Amino acid sequence: MTFETQGLRRVVNNPALSAAQKARALSIEAENAMPYPQLDAETHAALEARVICDMYEGHAPYRPRYVLPDYGVVLTCGSDWLELPVPQTLDEAINTLMIAYHHVPSVTGMPVYVGQLDDLLLPFCEGVSDEALYQKLKLFWRYIDRVLPDAFLHANIGPSDNRVARTILRVDAELGQIAPNLTFRYDPAISTEAILAQAIANITICSKPHIANHPLHAATFDARGYGIVSCYNALPQAGGASTLTRINLLEVAKRSHDTDDFLTNTLPQYVALNVRLAQARIDYLFDQSGFFDSFLVTEGWIDRGRFTAMFGIFAMAEAVNHLLLKSGNPGRYGRDAEANALGHAISARLTDLVAAQPMRNVWRDRAMLHSQAGLSTDTGLTPGVRIPYGTEPDPVVHVLALAPHHQYYPSGISEILTLDETVKANPAAVMDLCKGAFASGFREFTANIGGNDLVRVTGYMIRLSDVARFNALKGARTNTTALGAEAAKLTAILDRKPRVVAYELAAGADR
Amino acid sequence: MNLPQARIAKILLWSCVDGPGNRLVLFLQGCNFACAACHNPHTIGQCNDCGDCIPACPTAALSLAGGRLHFDPARCTQCDDCLAACPISANPMALPYSVADILTLLHRHRAFLSGITVSGGEPTLQTGFVTALFAAIREDPDLAGLTCFVDSNGHLGALGWQGLLSVTDGVMLDIKAFGPALHLAMTGRSNARSLASAKIAHAAGKLYELRYLIVPDQTDSPGEIARLIRFASDLGGPQRIRLNAFHHQGVRGVAADWLSAPRQAVEVVAEQLRHAGLGPVIVPAVWL
Repeated sequence: MTFETQGLRRVVNNPALSAAQKARALSIEAENAMPYPQLDAETHAALEARVICDMYEGHAPYRPRYVLPDYGVVLTCGSDWLELPVPQTLDEAINTLMIAYHHVPSVTGMPVYVGQLDDLLLPFCEGVSDEALYQKLKLFWRYIDRVLPDAFLHANIGPSDNRVARTILRVDAELGQIAPNLTFRYDPAISTEAILAQAIANITICSKPHIANHPLHAATFDARGYGIVSCYNALPQAGGASTLTRINLLEVAKRSHDTDDFLTNTLPQYVALNVRLAQARIDYLFDQSGFFDSFLVTEGWIDRGRFTAMFGIFAMAEAVNHLLLKSGNPGRYGRDAEANALGHAISARLTDLVAAQPMRNVWRDRAMLHSQAGLSTDTGLTPGVRIPYGTEPDPVVHVLALAPHHQYYPSGISEILTLDETVKANPAAVMDLCKGAFASGFREFTANIGGNDLVRVTGYMIRLSDVARFNALKGARTNTTALGAEAAKLTAILDRKPRVVAYELAAGADR
Repeated sequence: MNLPQARIAKILLWSCVDGPGNRLVLFLQGCNFACAACHNPHTIGQCNDCGDCIPACPTAALSLAGGRLHFDPARCTQCDDCLAACPISANPMALPYSVADILTLLHRHRAFLSGITVSGGEPTLQTGFVTALFAAIREDPDLAGLTCFVDSNGHLGALGWQGLLSVTDGVMLDIKAFGPALHLAMTGRSNARSLASAKIAHAAGKLYELRYLIVPDQTDSPGEIARLIRFASDLGGPQRIRLNAFHHQGVRGVAADWLSAPRQAVEVVAEQLRHAGLGPVIVPAVWL
């Protein structure tokens, strides 16, 4: 064994990390001391050059990146493995979920999905008073934030207007916690105006929830449904995503003579390599790790056939501007029609290329395209297909420039619309923006209100006051604050006013 | 039919501070007041084609052709240097728009909007255009549900309001001051018509919001606030009032030396209004 002990020592002695955070960082170092899954030379070279990227998921995939259990199974059947009876009361149901969460892995070491909570809990609410429901959910919410303090952890509610959804919105605004992250699934045919208004009012208070365009997502998935987890990832429920590998479009553009070469030769080449990288990781997970022998599969919480491969892309803005500049055109992605049209053409091309690559042990045999929200180390590169920080047009023009992309990214795409504080006095304007975005084809609506302490960085929530405290080296209680602090320093995210970065402890927080 | 055109300084597709919901806002060029405290002084005058702004433009977006000033929006980088160069507080970037132009914009952005607000400048100086536009919106089934608002200083006469109010859903009316001498000093005009306009709009059930600007040591005296309370109370029924706080952003000339209205002073006035049974009272969401 050849551990690089200096790095380990740095983890152990880091005064800003808790003992649990150190244990987690040490486990990542141990995993990465093993050899990487077997890659061909070409794929290996592309990964080394970071034209393609494995999100620093680790060298030995022993659990899927994202797991979305059907928690309805344990609530209706109990669990032999966990020796849990079928819950009969709301207290028992919440207690069963709290136990269940501890057995659901993900790349972060914590669950990224805590369920479609209103569907799960409503059957247990008969005879429970509004006040009791409020108290119980408040304690449940506090438990999630304090025990699973990871902002990638995501709860879903909606589209119906119901007591549980309303109470969760009330509690979430009141507590202003980073966890859980929250999505309200909106369907104009099912949701009421009142519950959408409550969700929108929450956005003006704590920049949560995200609003998901439910009819669009529902049509992408099947009868077993979907969940929104982590940073705006839409994935099959009772399944998830085995891995997320991504292409740096700017690096691909730099390796192209011109736009035509990019679309015809270079992009197809790197799409194929990114698929090979994902396949190597999936092969290890399915054929060697033993993950799918777990009780989660045998008891039916998850189905090994429902795990997708997320095919991520980022730096679309820089790639488009780079290609236009090669042809002597100073492109301004997000502002000029020609630049935007090239972006849309690249997204369409990516869709065709990914659809032409069959994969093993992947839901529906093809990867799902994903507009990837970024890593805290992505200096100078814009997440996904977003418009670069500080150059965004007004929110309406912003939405219209990006809307045509949304049809191409079924496993998730989001733009964070940063609105100034004046909108707090007029939440109806945010509602208009949300409805306009959905009418234009947006899959997700996410807004940050300037001046909120709680802000969205690239996909998760951080408290600005936590960032300030962390920078003063006082340490942080939550895992994602370290990432947010690093992202803020490296990627100018707070210039824009808040944005998103992803979690990558090994590559990021401890460097 | 030959519909009137308007000269418009700026169009916003996103505004959350010009009435309920998100609104498309037209800032019409030209104003009949000359307020020292104006935050958009370049919207006051009308261009007289003098050409003094042309050398100020770094991208040659401005030129004279046949004695008329020509503005090329494609070359403009919105640096606003021309506004500083204009000797008469006009705006060489203001462009003429037809009713059809604005209807096209509304159709394109319908899903994002609660309505349209005409502001300025003083939009009622171009009442013919505004009335024709609002009437056309009402007749267009694809634009059903959009509300039409006017943000005005109230200097329009009673006859003018008659036609305009018939196609307007809401008026946001600025009262700059209540004391006649103070109003004259602040705006260059009497406030008699402004006060009358508030009553007219209120009687028609269309006074959405009364607006009052707090300028320290001028409009925040106990006498002024007492008159504001009396005026709003005399209208009868609850009245939405927005208190704006004077700040220096965009202000030119003598008012640049005035004090900004501190949050606490504005909150005190707001509390007085609420105590008198008025409201809702809206104070700024952001303090500069």
